[in-house]
Amino acid sequence: MIRLVKRPVPSKAWSWATPLIAVLATMIAGGILFAALGKNPVEAIRVIFWDPLFGPNAGYFRGQLLVKAAPLILIASGLAVGFRAGIWNIGAEGQYIIGAICGAALALAVYPTESAWLFPAMVILGALGGFLWGLIPALLKVIFGTNEILVSLMLVYVAQNLLAYMAFGPLKNPEGYGFPGSRNLQQYASAHNPELIMGTGAHWGVVAALIAVIGAYILMHRHIAGFRIRVAGEAPRAARFAGVVPARLVVFCLGLSGALAGLAGLFEVSGPSGQITDSFNAGYGFTAIIVAFLGRLHPIGILLAGLLMALTYIGGDMAQLMLSLPSAAIQVFQGMLLFFLLGFDLLTNYRVRIGRARA
Amino acid sequence: MNRRTFLQTTAATAVAAAAGLPARAADPLKVGFIYVGPIGDMGWSYQHDQARQAIAKEFGDKIVTTYVENVPEGPDAERALTQLALEGNQLIFATSFGFMDATVNVAKKFPKVKFEHATGYKRADNLATYDARFYEGRAIQGTIAGRMTKSNKIGYIGSFPIPEVVQGINSAYIHAKKVNPDVEIKVVWAYTWFDPAKEADAAAALIAEGCDVIMQHTDSTAPQAKAQEAGNVITFGQASDMAAFAPMPRVTSTIDNWEPYYKKRVAAMLDGSWTSESTWGGIGTGMVKIGEISSAVPAEVKAEVEALEAKIASGEYHPFTGPLNKQDGSAWLAAGATPDDGTLAGMNFFVEGIKAELPK
Repeated sequence: MIRLVKRPVPSKAWSWATPLIAVLATMIAGGILFAALGKNPVEAIRVIFWDPLFGPNAGYFRGQLLVKAAPLILIASGLAVGFRAGIWNIGAEGQYIIGAICGAALALAVYPTESAWLFPAMVILGALGGFLWGLIPALLKVIFGTNEILVSLMLVYVAQNLLAYMAFGPLKNPEGYGFPGSRNLQQYASAHNPELIMGTGAHWGVVAALIAVIGAYILMHRHIAGFRIRVAGEAPRAARFAGVVPARLVVFCLGLSGALAGLAGLFEVSGPSGQITDSFNAGYGFTAIIVAFLGRLHPIGILLAGLLMALTYIGGDMAQLMLSLPSAAIQVFQGMLLFFLLGFDLLTNYRVRIGRARA
Repeated sequence: MNRRTFLQTTAATAVAAAAGLPARAADPLKVGFIYVGPIGDMGWSYQHDQARQAIAKEFGDKIVTTYVENVPEGPDAERALTQLALEGNQLIFATSFGFMDATVNVAKKFPKVKFEHATGYKRADNLATYDARFYEGRAIQGTIAGRMTKSNKIGYIGSFPIPEVVQGINSAYIHAKKVNPDVEIKVVWAYTWFDPAKEADAAAALIAEGCDVIMQHTDSTAPQAKAQEAGNVITFGQASDMAAFAPMPRVTSTIDNWEPYYKKRVAAMLDGSWTSESTWGGIGTGMVKIGEISSAVPAEVKAEVEALEAKIASGEYHPFTGPLNKQDGSAWLAAGATPDDGTLAGMNFFVEGIKAELPK
């Protein structure tokens, strides 16, 4: 008989051990999956986890790891703050899109004027766009008591349609022969978010992600505001007695995570992606939710989780290419990671007891 | 190997490495593909992969093919393309319009590698483009639709309002109207290339409005299934044959047949005659194939469209032959005139008679 006994306090050790165990379990279960598909499981795991870091051509892929991880980390850092407070922003994908549209729209409006002020202004607009889009579910929650999970999620679909409208309408490249998609900002020096050091993959978004991690760490672990946020999530009543105003907290958390998601979108559209297209959003906003939880809602954890997630994407592509694994198998593999993480999470809050229940 | 350590730094050395890697005679030519969808989409990406398998068989051990499927457009595509180039692929096919700028960027980094981009308009010395004249297939479909419709309403599921799709709608309408002056066309924009749920909704809406012909410029078979449920609605296979739905509702299909083109380009790589060019093939070159016309189509209609197909293939007839006016009534083509490819490639207006509005 296996029983679960609730721990009086969540186990600190387990909360750090479960991500590692989940990764190991994913490797084992994934290995079985790959073996069932007729591939050498050890080789597949090596291609996914080892080759992008240390294999041939790793010089290129390490940089790409940063490109892929930066938006995830930037968005997840913001989301985690809200999640700690029990405020669930599921709509980072939408805030990411709006941030990108706002920043890119400015650049496209003033094209081809070159100015040193353009990029900083775009950054501000990107953050502002995401902030305002995040504010919608916040204000609706504060004023009408709506559920921020639903509203923020639904706003993703609104944002996606707005993106399609922009790509086919106002922001369409006038020299694009009627094809959808904006001008490419990579070819517009003042608006371009370039690789800061050639070959490293590091662009301003990577810098911003690092700043966000440090900022989130200071906020959550070295500042009274962070303490209040955590208390609000863990003991809402106690927080109220301690003088936390729930409405202000909702606005702060959704606004902050929205602004960071908007920034991520802006850095992406002005850098690696370059263009507003209808398929510009590649799911970073949703994947960041996984990253936030994989990183235990802790800034340093998120940094590592973002890099790990990016690794599975890049390694996954490599596995497709080198071992002809179907992309669906790679997606199953990524899904397993979240599944095992949430599954093993049980051990943080519960003890497993084997034996008969005593009265 | 030296070449491995060589590659460990940056794209700059990657260029050098690619340049330093001429194929030895014994080495098979490596040919890479990236697909926007899963190879099991039964439409666009499926057809490209069918052609890949065909050339792999044709050239045997002279080439090695690899592919990456489900590649999102944008930076992921750029990475996948770079990956293919770093792996030593010398000919790389990027098979979606949205891969255009990524392909341009990667082609710049790997001047010795040859790239081929489907449906785009940006070329370079090592970047060729290719596309198919899908509107030729729409002429066949339009003729059948005009002859077979009883409600005189044709439903059209558009993916995106881009020239390629607009050409198809215009061509279908012109040819339906030619054989049936009472016909009208209703357009629903799905804003997707592949989304079975959205496509099914669009088909259901069109059928509810009385359309008994459904044409689709999206890749899933969901509209076919909806038409089958309705019973008396005909459809056309899109991208692939979709023969599972024959003889009704699918009465024929327009098949994207990339095989002859891929064969030609690989052969050109092998004998060193590859050059960057822009190819726009149609029924004549075999790039567009008309699927089997099913028993649901009356014999005289079948004979009529087969004659039309032959005339298009031989170049005797162009599906856009004047006199034709634009939707707003302004003149477009004088009697007997045909448009040049540049005009067609940028087509952003409906022809006269279509009531639907083209989103701007």
